[in-house]
Amino acid sequence: MTDELESMLLDGRVEPPKANGEVIFDEPWQNRTFGMARSLCEAGYYTWDEFRACLIQQIESWQADHSEQEPYQYFDHFLAALTDLMALKGLCETRELDQRSRAFADRPHGHDH
Amino acid sequence: MNDDQKHHDHDHDHDHEEKSPQAIRTEALESLLIEKGLLSEHAVDDVIANYAQRVGPMNGALLVARAWTDAEFKQRLLSNATQAIAEYDFQGGQVDHLVVVENTPERHNAVVCTLCSCYPWAVLGLPPKWYKDPAYRSRIVREPRALLAEMGLPLDKKIEIRVWDSSAEVRYMVLPMRPAHTEGMTQDELAALVSRDSMIGVEVLEASSRAGQPS
Repeated sequence: MTDELESMLLDGRVEPPKANGEVIFDEPWQNRTFGMARSLCEAGYYTWDEFRACLIQQIESWQADHSEQEPYQYFDHFLAALTDLMALKGLCETRELDQRSRAFADRPHGHDH
Repeated sequence: MNDDQKHHDHDHDHDHEEKSPQAIRTEALESLLIEKGLLSEHAVDDVIANYAQRVGPMNGALLVARAWTDAEFKQRLLSNATQAIAEYDFQGGQVDHLVVVENTPERHNAVVCTLCSCYPWAVLGLPPKWYKDPAYRSRIVREPRALLAEMGLPLDKKIEIRVWDSSAEVRYMVLPMRPAHTEGMTQDELAALVSRDSMIGVEVLEASSRAGQPS
């Protein structure tokens, strides 16, 4: 793949990944979360089985309180599983992540420039 | 480097929108992990690009087309898929214990992960949204015939349906039946007929519309 195509993909200037015409990621953060989860696994910080166990726990606890007809946001659980695992492994405390998230949420718009 | 400088260039287009709490949390997590030296932005970009470009159902389709035309390969694929596909060096993973199940006129197979979203990425890519939904995950086990009919695949009552649930280790892929009137097609032409959904087992492949046409 050329660098140009890669940067276009990451920029969202070309269509997001699709299979059979369906979008796999609804929003860029979902793609980013998936990329982080795989990168960390590939770097050896955890096995995919460990990630899977956290994901199953998240999904099970949601399903305990919700029916299968209710809107289901898979990647919310995926993100929660990743942050759980980071805390579990002592790699990133939840409190620290909460603080950083609050700080980012308080930024004024257009902060990137 | 201050926080502002750490943002990705690809955020530019989204600045005018209000970010969701999940988007903000993802961004916060990434910035912390980068600061801690656990992650590099480049590594995440590479993973995303790899899954977008190289990992997908085209790989499974290749295997299906070859199995239709090469009896010896088909035998190997059905007896030990992980070993049979090793030569392809497909990217994406999740095929360390791959099992391929064959559809026949008497038996239809479908694949699910009842607990989460396990899926053989290297041969099918990343799973579609419906595959991860609680409704599919429970109904394909509870009432497969009714669900498949709703998904556009009414199966004759005489056809047995078997549903394969992914486990911690095992991932499944369906070998669909070869459509009629595809004699004489090359493996590449055949592979182009194979849909992702047919390899999950929620679709059967119809006779090719291209078949019989002069080439």
